[in-house]
Amino acid sequence: MVRFVLTRLLRALITIAAVVTFAFIVLRMSGDPAQVMLGPDVPQEAVEAFRHAWGLDRPLWIQYLAYVKSIFTGDFGVSMRDKAPAIDLVLERVPATLQLTIPALILKLLIGVPAGVYAALHRQSFADRGVILMAILGFTIPSFVMGLILMLVFSVMLGVLPSGGQDTWMHGILPTITMSIGGIGILARFSRSAMIEVMGQPFIRTASAKGVKWHDVVWGHALPNAAIPIVTIVGFMVGSLIAGAVVVESIFSWPGIGRLLVVSVTNRDLAVVQCILLIIAAAMVVSNLIVDLLYGWLDPRLRARLAH
Amino acid sequence: MSSADLTDTRPTPHPAFAFVARLRRQVPLSVGLGVLWLAAMVLVAASADLLRPYGITVMDLTSRLAPPGSPGHWLGTDELGRDVLSRLIQSIRVSLVIAFGATIISAVFGTALGFAAAQFRGVVEHLVLVLADFQAALPFLIMSLAVLAFFGSSMTLLVCLMGFYGWERYARIARGLAISASAQGYAASVVQLGATPARVYFRHILPNVASTLIVSMTLTFPEIILMESGLSFLGLGVQPPETSLGNMVGFGREYLTTAPWIMLAPAAVIMLTTLSISLVGDWLRDKLDPTIR
Repeated sequence: MVRFVLTRLLRALITIAAVVTFAFIVLRMSGDPAQVMLGPDVPQEAVEAFRHAWGLDRPLWIQYLAYVKSIFTGDFGVSMRDKAPAIDLVLERVPATLQLTIPALILKLLIGVPAGVYAALHRQSFADRGVILMAILGFTIPSFVMGLILMLVFSVMLGVLPSGGQDTWMHGILPTITMSIGGIGILARFSRSAMIEVMGQPFIRTASAKGVKWHDVVWGHALPNAAIPIVTIVGFMVGSLIAGAVVVESIFSWPGIGRLLVVSVTNRDLAVVQCILLIIAAAMVVSNLIVDLLYGWLDPRLRARLAH
Repeated sequence: MSSADLTDTRPTPHPAFAFVARLRRQVPLSVGLGVLWLAAMVLVAASADLLRPYGITVMDLTSRLAPPGSPGHWLGTDELGRDVLSRLIQSIRVSLVIAFGATIISAVFGTALGFAAAQFRGVVEHLVLVLADFQAALPFLIMSLAVLAFFGSSMTLLVCLMGFYGWERYARIARGLAISASAQGYAASVVQLGATPARVYFRHILPNVASTLIVSMTLTFPEIILMESGLSFLGLGVQPPETSLGNMVGFGREYLTTAPWIMLAPAAVIMLTTLSISLVGDWLRDKLDPTIR
């Protein structure tokens, strides 16, 4: 067990290191932030001074070592634009993003999983077909189209909900719905196929045959076994709580991480982009790690195998 | 019952009708419609230059923001008086070319890495798996945003970048299938006969695992269309004056209140196309994929 946890931890750390290195190399190789920050018409001396001030004139590997060293001391660099520590700028935006993504995740779980399970237990029924159709539609409609259609209907035609901004809780309704629809579809589909697979297993027949109540068969025998693939997907959704809102935030002008990323990327604000990439990757890696550890708890077979 | 009606009106059914009837029994209607729609899209993409009534940058300033159904402009015009239908046709071509190119790159790249991992094991295998973890840890949209914005967007870069989408899935599948295939008699016997590893993998193992890989391609393809249109929507994908489906939706968004058709036409095409591929892909998976039987 200890060995299992340690190898997972090591792989998680290697992944984060790879992300840091990738972000550093891509962002440094791809152009001169001095030109973008200062504009095209500045004298050469100003560009040189800017590059010297930000350490951009040093060899790449020295910059990289300095960057890695500063990360370990909790220093994620300074935004070239706002002159404020990048980590502060990023953390300032996290609550706004979570205000959208956490309610969206709750909606996905509350609607997607029960719909999928219900469809699996009533196969070929009208409700089952409806769930499948909604699930397919839910993840074939891109979020920007969904967002714009909702905006067209509820803000432009009906005029009942605001189309952008973050002033009241009403402003959060459309973005939250936009984000949850796709996830509901994915979860419903996964839960449905996981449940169908489990319901076909011999132990379900055994349980029914020995007279266990239908309700207990579903809740006590089928659902726990169907939980593993569902947990995988949910883990992925939790991991993307911070990253998942880029497009939706842009549509509804919601001042979260996604907007900050798009703006910083256009301004070539290296430190901020690197910081966001690092935080997003860390969130993803940590939630994957938790899912991996959860498997051991959910699946006694795995636990037994690991004990040897 | 319907076949009886058919024989009443047509004592000797034309072979084409018999073929259609047989097809109807084997292929569900939704899948049939999906195939038809995809065929139409491929046809439109292939003959875009012939079908397009106007050039994509030709402006008709006297009829700006004309609604659908206006004379000469079936789907209306945009804010510069450019014909929406012509731009839509060109967009279908651009988006499909990117998605096709990227799907093929991703499948070839991923399969090659997966086979390499299965052949060499050890360090190579660990390296491939760590790379796959890395790919899964960084949301693709975020990574492409960073790369595109800093390198500047070009068509070649966009196709190559999209080609990285989903490679880790092919790599994992190809590795798993190749490892189990090499344990089977046929692979071992051609190795005994002195075949080179390349020959074993590409002549013997690949044909045996191809159906699973093709099914994954049908799953990646719509995701790549969505990814490209998302990037173009954010203004970082296909750049004007060239146009793509996402790019049209992105610009049409400015005129959501006054001219919603600019955005609705490409949005409908995106939805119908991804829907069709999903339906056809699911059906193909049920028919072809030996691992789910």
